[in-house]
Amino acid sequence: MDVNDLQDLYQQVILDHSRTPRNFRVIDDATSTVEGFNPLCGDQIRVFLSMTNDKVDDISFQGKGCAICTASSSMMTQQVKGKDREQVHQLFDRFHHAVASDNDTVDPETLGKLAVFIGVRKYPMRVKCASLPWHTLKAALEQSNQVVTTE
Amino acid sequence: MTLLSRPHAVQFNLESVRDDFPILKRRISSSKPLVYLDNAATSQKPKAVLDAVTQYYECHNANVHRGVHILSEEATDLYEGARQKVQNFLNAPSSKEVIFVRGTTEAMNLLAQSYARPLLQAGDEVLISHMEHHSNIVPWQMVCEQTGASLKVIPLDEYGALNQEAFTGLLSKRTKIFACIHVSNALGTVNPIKDMIQQAKSVGAVTIIDGAQAAPHYPIDVQDLGCDFYAISGHKMFAPTGIGALFGRHELLDAMAPYQGGGEMIKYVSFDRTLYNDLPHKFEAGTPNISGAIGLGAAIDYMAQLDWVAVTEHEQDLLEYGQQQLSELNSLRIIGQAPKKASVISFWMEDAHPHDVGTILSHAGICVRTGHHCAQPVMQHFDVPATVRASFAFYNTRDEVDALVEGLRHVRKVLVG
Ligand SMILES: Cc1ncc(COP(=O)(O)O)c(C=O)c1O
Repeated sequence: MDVNDLQDLYQQVILDHSRTPRNFRVIDDATSTVEGFNPLCGDQIRVFLSMTNDKVDDISFQGKGCAICTASSSMMTQQVKGKDREQVHQLFDRFHHAVASDNDTVDPETLGKLAVFIGVRKYPMRVKCASLPWHTLKAALEQSNQVVTTE
Repeated sequence: MTLLSRPHAVQFNLESVRDDFPILKRRISSSKPLVYLDNAATSQKPKAVLDAVTQYYECHNANVHRGVHILSEEATDLYEGARQKVQNFLNAPSSKEVIFVRGTTEAMNLLAQSYARPLLQAGDEVLISHMEHHSNIVPWQMVCEQTGASLKVIPLDEYGALNQEAFTGLLSKRTKIFACIHVSNALGTVNPIKDMIQQAKSVGAVTIIDGAQAAPHYPIDVQDLGCDFYAISGHKMFAPTGIGALFGRHELLDAMAPYQGGGEMIKYVSFDRTLYNDLPHKFEAGTPNISGAIGLGAAIDYMAQLDWVAVTEHEQDLLEYGQQQLSELNSLRIIGQAPKKASVISFWMEDAHPHDVGTILSHAGICVRTGHHCAQPVMQHFDVPATVRASFAFYNTRDEVDALVEGLRHVRKVLVG
């Protein structure tokens, strides 16, 4: 661990989204809403999803989380808006691979703005913080009205 | 004999005490000294404990109570000797009343299943407190589910102390079990446990105390406390992980059914009938954690040669100095300000989630615990998802408190700018 790792983790974009999260609101007529829960730290978020013709018409989130979790939720909502189900699944897979895998084969290009989260992989205890919103979104997509945990 | 009354206590010298703990010389990222402030999660181990464990494996390793050969005799002597050390440490009347377990969690599950389950009926009550560790909540929820008994909870006040009036009000003839934490791991609160035990006994309840966080800070005397059961975890009191002890009054343990079946806990086995072994072996099925018990004995010896008046003074100084220094930081809220506290400081910073604080402090070589500390009801009470917790042992220093405060200023700089 060196100082650069820390700067990789808390990049300006991440800090910006954590201080002023985007799409941080309730969608009253959401087609599905799912709660995500990180038992390690007690973080809890709720993702609201509104699908029209199998496309993400609107998406938002609410809840308390650390900087990584809040920024990840915020940027996720921006990235998936307008995408169809298949595209969201692809993005989920790419994001998950980028933050959670050990090998160095991640191509930041394929992640677009989400590439700022690659620094998380150096912090195994924090991977769950970044991936919680994505797991929650995936559950919302599957329309399963259930509680998701990162365990 | 309690630790306080032990003769020949040597003076407390912080520097030489730190020398006893090899890990305290470690550096993080090659330059920063380790600042270990996560003692409530687990304590570090002095060389005397590490040596005792190594010595056992190098010279005496054998199974206990089973062989007639020399090594088995030596191992048995060491293991049973460790039991006597725990007996002395807790001031238990007899070593038969000391059961080796994995830790406090196993002790509570043992009591819930072997003591409480056959006893409880619908209408009975188990009384615990709002500040329990999950290990003193979930086993009781499980046994209540199994028996139809109900779980009652003593409320917390705004400072993180138990509401004593409410406690008295909750006691009744229905209270069959009173299971309570002595010192809170999440808040540091020291409960007036002797008085609470007395009150619970006056309505006929059996009293079970979680001493996991009391044992590393205070001399324990189960006869003076008057409790029926008292549980400790070795790893929180400078001994290895995987070993702990449960004190139980002889007549209660004797009447209880075994917790697990297997070797060691029997006198005679045939397919028609099995005779259980005597105490304490009845509750120690299988090959026990021999090296762990020996390490626990060594930790107790180590603690016994410290001057506990000086230790307590030093820990209280760290607590007061730490609370004062931290309260000078903006928007920092100390969670848990009970009048009597052990050296534990839980806090919440505006604009800085505990998880981020923990990661950034770790870069500065500072280890604190962040999360709910296995006490989620406490977090709910104070309306925070988690806290940062700095918990001090007698080997910590004021310099380390300063490092923490400096680290927190840096956290603010990183996160808030
Ligand atoms: C107060 C308290 N009780 C019980 C436990 C559980 O102890 P163990 O994990 O050693 O079984 C702990 C520590 O985690 C604790 O702090």
